[in-house]
Formats: sequence, structure tokens, C-alpha cells
Amino acid sequence: MTARAPGGVRFGIVVFPGSNCEYDTMHALGTFPEAEPYYLWHKDHDLQAPDVVVLPGGFSYGDYLRTGAIARFSPLMREVAAFADGGGLVIGICNGFQILTEAHMLHGAMLRNRGLKFVCRAQHLRVERTDTPFTRTLSVGDVVQIPVNHNEGAWTAGAESLHEIEKRRLVVFRYCDAQGNVTDDANPNGAVDNVAGIVNEGGNVLGLMPHPERVCESVVGGVGGRGVFTSLVEHVMEVR
Amino acid sequence: MFKVSVYVTPKAGILDPQGATIERALPALGFSGVTQIQVGRFITLFVDGDDESAVRADVDSMCRRLLANPIIEDYTFELLGVDGSGGDAGAGE
Repeated sequence: MTARAPGGVRFGIVVFPGSNCEYDTMHALGTFPEAEPYYLWHKDHDLQAPDVVVLPGGFSYGDYLRTGAIARFSPLMREVAAFADGGGLVIGICNGFQILTEAHMLHGAMLRNRGLKFVCRAQHLRVERTDTPFTRTLSVGDVVQIPVNHNEGAWTAGAESLHEIEKRRLVVFRYCDAQGNVTDDANPNGAVDNVAGIVNEGGNVLGLMPHPERVCESVVGGVGGRGVFTSLVEHVMEVR
Repeated sequence: MFKVSVYVTPKAGILDPQGATIERALPALGFSGVTQIQVGRFITLFVDGDDESAVRADVDSMCRRLLANPIIEDYTFELLGVDGSGGDAGAGE
């Protein structure tokens, strides 16, 4: 590992063949003065001393076999797993979430959306936890609007996992309506218990289907995604 | 060498919207009484080796680690000896 440059909060954005949200992520992070985003290629072996690793959205490896199934075997993913095992912060957005489940870094698996339709729409989410590095500037029960844009987002898990998730409160975001009601109508894809985002047991790995990087500036229609990145920046600055 | 046929299907109780959609479409063609449709994946591969139990163990590992996702999918496979290295080796687990 190379030594960390003092100052900026380093976000390593992992690019897989077929990723397509890495530029959005780079741009969005560029609106945070403290953030120092940079790209990593999936064949790299060095994470270059990140504070946060981002697995962006897209269609890694063309979604062949199952979404995220092949990306999981990229050389850099071994480093990402080791980084996470050591408590490093990892956020997987959309395809990144799919990769994290396939890599068994998060509970569950992704199914095709209920209704077999690609969903692309603004979506309300209820914040379930704020004691994570990803949500510390939010409040429990807050409703944030962040778009979803996926075909395989029906998160599901076996009974044992669901029990574990419930017991350890691993759900961070749930799909809800504008008033914060978690209803089936507000569920865009059929995810079990309206799960939109979960963390691992250590609370340092977050996967979420919605795209916070797409709503970080009012000029693009909203700033509902800023809370996640503001939280990360604040957390990293504080623990230094 | 063995020709391997792998069948991957959604686990019981897992949402299978493709199966459900087909199940609703068939009555429109006049087919009634068709239930429990599952849509999965059929994968064939050829594996070098003469030791059937070793090949079987390898294929099982391939299924668990890549070809299927055991959280949401079940799998079975069949081995068929080719090039004179044994006959139909029967169904896998």
C-alpha cells in the first residue's frame, strides 16, 4: 500500500468492464471539497490507500450468468475484501450492491424485478439507521429521494439470513412512499421487506440499489444523495 | 472426458416472475392444468479426466461457487462419459 496523502478523503472508484456510473460518481464526489476521488481498474492489485472504496453501478461483465457474479472474481476484489475485513469502508451502488452479495460480503442475493420490468424512477427511501458511517448526518425516519435504475434489484435472502439481519438491524434503507410508509405499492422491484440497502455485521460495508451519486446537485433535480457522501466524509475526517 | 449437463433452477419459494408469467400465458393458448413452471438455466461443459468421482466433485464445486447462487438457486448435473471413458455416469446430486 502507498502512503496516504494528508488532507483529502480518498474515494477509490473501482471500474469493471461494463461499469457505467464511475463518471457520475467521480463528478458527484467532485462537489465535496474534502473528497479526493480516483479511479481503480479491476485488474489492479493495489487500492492506493483509500478511505472509502466505491463499487459503482453498471453492467459489469455484461451481467453474464448473474449480475455481479463474474466481477466478484476480479483481482482487485480480493483487495477490496481484505480492506473490508480490516474495517475499511466500502459502498456498493446498484451493480456494486449486486457484486457485494455475490462476493458474500453482504447478506442475500438479487433476483429479477417483480414484473420483469427494468425500473428507472425517482424513489423514496426511509432511513432505518443513522449509527453507520454512511448515514450519520441523517435521522431515523428521514425520507430521502434517490433514483433507482435496475433490472435485478429484488433483494432476497434465506430464512437464516433474514433472522440475522433482523437481529442485528442490518437494514439501512427501505423503499417507502413520500410520507415514509413502507408499503408494497412503494416497492419498485419486489425486494423482501422493501430492503433497498443493507450493511454487513461490522457496519463498514453498505450496498444499496438506489443511486445517491445521481442526486448530489440541485441542477440535476435533487440533492437526496448528498447525505450518504457527507456522512462518509465527516466520518473519515473524525476518525483520523 | 465427460460431457456435463448442469440444470440451475430457482429455489422453492423464491420469486420466479418468468415462471409465473409463462404459467399465466399458457391458458391463453388453451393449455389448462399446467402448474409449477420454473425458468432456470441449462449449462453444458466438457471436463477432462477419467476419474468420475473427482470430476463430479469439481463440477459440484463449480456449481456452488459460480454456476449457481445457492442462496436463490438449486442445481443438479449429469455426467456422460465421452471418448470411451465410461458410459452414462448418471445424475449428480
